[in-house]
Amino acid sequence: MQLKRKLADKLSSGWMIFSLAFFLLLPLAIGVGLVLKSKGLLHEHSLLDLLFSGNWAPSQNKFGFWPFIISSLWVTILAIVIAAPVCLLSAIYLSQFAPRWALKLMRPVIDILAGIPSVIYGVWGILVMVPFVSSLGAILNKETTGFSILAAALVLAVMTIPYVLNMLLEVFRQIPVELQEASLSLGATRWETIKHIILRKGLSGIISAIGLGFSKALGETIAVLMVVGNVVQLPKNAFSSGYTLPSLIANNYGEMMSIPSYDAALMFGALLLFAIILAFNFLFRYIIYKSEAL
Amino acid sequence: MEQTTATLKGIIHPYEHYGEGLTQPIVEVKGLNVFSKNAQILKNIHLSVPKNKITVLLGPSGCGKTTLLKCLNRLTDLYSDLRLDGSIFIDNEDILNTPRDITEIRQKMGLLLQRPFPLPMSIAGNITYGLKLKGIRNKKILEAKVEKHLRDVALWDEVKDRLSHSANSLSIGQQQRLCLARGLAVEPEIILADEPTSALDPISSKVIEEEFIKLKNDYTIILVTHILRQAKRLADYVVFMYYGEIVEHGDAEEIFNNPKTALLKHYLESGY
Amino acid sequence: MRKGKKRFEEKMFRYLSAGITLFIVFLLLHIIWSIASKGFAALSWQMITDEPKGGFYFGKEGGILNAIAGSFYLAVAATILSFAISLPVALFINVYLRKYPRRANAIRFFLDVLWGIPSIVYGAFAFTIMMFAGLRTSLIAGIITVAVMIAPIMIRAMDEVLKTIPIGLQEAAYALGATKTETAFHIFLRKALPAFATAILLAFGRGIGDAASVLFTTGFTDYVPSSIQEPAATLPLAIFFQLGSPVKEVQSRAYAAALLLTIIILVVSVLTRLLNRHTRQS
Repeated sequence: MQLKRKLADKLSSGWMIFSLAFFLLLPLAIGVGLVLKSKGLLHEHSLLDLLFSGNWAPSQNKFGFWPFIISSLWVTILAIVIAAPVCLLSAIYLSQFAPRWALKLMRPVIDILAGIPSVIYGVWGILVMVPFVSSLGAILNKETTGFSILAAALVLAVMTIPYVLNMLLEVFRQIPVELQEASLSLGATRWETIKHIILRKGLSGIISAIGLGFSKALGETIAVLMVVGNVVQLPKNAFSSGYTLPSLIANNYGEMMSIPSYDAALMFGALLLFAIILAFNFLFRYIIYKSEAL
Repeated sequence: MEQTTATLKGIIHPYEHYGEGLTQPIVEVKGLNVFSKNAQILKNIHLSVPKNKITVLLGPSGCGKTTLLKCLNRLTDLYSDLRLDGSIFIDNEDILNTPRDITEIRQKMGLLLQRPFPLPMSIAGNITYGLKLKGIRNKKILEAKVEKHLRDVALWDEVKDRLSHSANSLSIGQQQRLCLARGLAVEPEIILADEPTSALDPISSKVIEEEFIKLKNDYTIILVTHILRQAKRLADYVVFMYYGEIVEHGDAEEIFNNPKTALLKHYLESGY
Repeated sequence: MRKGKKRFEEKMFRYLSAGITLFIVFLLLHIIWSIASKGFAALSWQMITDEPKGGFYFGKEGGILNAIAGSFYLAVAATILSFAISLPVALFINVYLRKYPRRANAIRFFLDVLWGIPSIVYGAFAFTIMMFAGLRTSLIAGIITVAVMIAPIMIRAMDEVLKTIPIGLQEAAYALGATKTETAFHIFLRKALPAFATAILLAFGRGIGDAASVLFTTGFTDYVPSSIQEPAATLPLAIFFQLGSPVKEVQSRAYAAALLLTIIILVVSVLTRLLNRHTRQS
């Protein structure tokens, strides 16, 4: 009996340690795996060339990632520029002005928005945002098919909202109410208190939430792939089509085995994405983690 | 001696002595009831606070002292599930039913909380915050105010070389004095203090207590405390609360030496 | 004058922020309504009960049973597998590391970072391993990939439940002579199991909706898979591929499939909420 218990104890400790070790090593494994796979490409091309050349012709062994990097940045930055003020204002409303039931009502709305799969956002984008951008382009006299940087950014903004809003609500929740009392007692209005005290006190949290939203949006694949147009070019304006890094990887998995070095190039793209997003996550999670620890 | 007892009597029964040239109450609470979602926190509170005195709200924790204090400058607005009825007169104006902007009324009262909550800005910024809200932009005036009010709380010499540093860099005791100075800067008539020494070390506590005694020449102080000895040291007038009700109130000497109700007697003996 | 400006600013931001919040609610309703109004027309019994038949992709007969079945196989199996590797980690953090909150928090931090890695990277990484091992796209490859991808969110959700169990319970168990793992599995697990349903549903929702990770790993097929070594279709990919078709009928089926997926996600979401409320009350 005692032996059996000891054995069970050993076995299940082993299981715990194994699982934990697995997750701790996972990012390392991903990094190493992707580096190994894209090593061949780095032998043939210089890193600078890969990153900053605009020449993309896989069948001629030309792999310039610049157009994809630029498209990704365009789409993601535009999305965040749209989503951030929306999230900030909504978080302010829900944490400062709104009656308690409003926040209770919003929780499921945020959860469901966060739970809707990427592909559904893509469908919605095609149904709504692409025609919208197309007619907006017609009004503004811009040439566009609707499948564009702007359409992708709009869809991405909506997808990012629940994610960032949730974090902002947490940031504001952690600011002590006494700080508001102090400010109000000095004769500030609610809005002055928000402007001078809450936003300042929550600044690092707000920046982190937006930074994490950015990295989340950067890695978003299917929805963007469906509405961005997928044309390899340096986009002229928000109405141009673009081609983001995740879309590139997802869109070419079928043919990547038939062209030499193509698979290495796509894995290099994945590595790039992985490295940037991991760095962003480390940085901003760390800031949040620090401010919570205080 | 005769004179003082008369004055004190006037305070014990303020309603009967209106218009007799005695100390006019600066704060008058009439029939205040506060309800939360499923409980009544304050029950039918009637209270007059005498001017230029230290009035102590005394009672075991959870008896509604803090809520009463926060009603006085309507910080209860922050809590959407609290419901207030009754009247609170400050300078003969009912702040619960006034068309006037509440922010001006709040500037009549400085607030000191249980722990110091320095605003997320510099030491000087904490003092000038309220003044800037009033629209004072003149640098000279602001600088002079910073010095004056930091001197008021005996903090000037300690921080004069680092006024632009973050207020968080101060010790807790210094922070609390800064919070007091910050409240004085908007030139209030009343200081509301909610157990202001409970997070402080004995020395800082002593400094704050001494400040209070000095300040009562110019201000009316309403102090919430559950430290009986502190109440005895500071109080001119005592309001004893128990479970949301005022059980007994009166001049300090009278209350401490001659308690009338069993509840207060027990509290004075046991401390809870 | 100044007072007027203050009052105006206060009012303006109050209404603006309320309006924006309302707009977010409107966005959700608009997404659901758009998908529903487009998809409802093409939704039929045949859609749900048939595999694609000859000429399906030119608008002929057939349904998307292959994708529905594939998605359920994938998501259910991935959730179970994920549970098997998430549970020990969650228990470890809360039983073994309770004495070392710094280490526990470091692991939590690490898991949050892990959750930030996009699914396309998981897909690409899994694909490199499959190439290395000479494996082809299969249900099992997808199951493993998705299981790993959804694990961080599952661990953190379980962790939130386990965190609330008082340390006194642990002490009581030790006092009765229980080993650490006995404490973990008998006491903590029993106490927390009902609340874990939320974690499981959350991860399931993620698993069934993700497209980028299964694209490389599970592949696509017109048949309901009969073994885990076969490739399998999934709903998100069915929607994606069919929407890319120029044929109108195929496109409208994509909308129907999108509606189906949306309904599944909504049901999961409502269930999560109900369970959450239930466990909180008890």
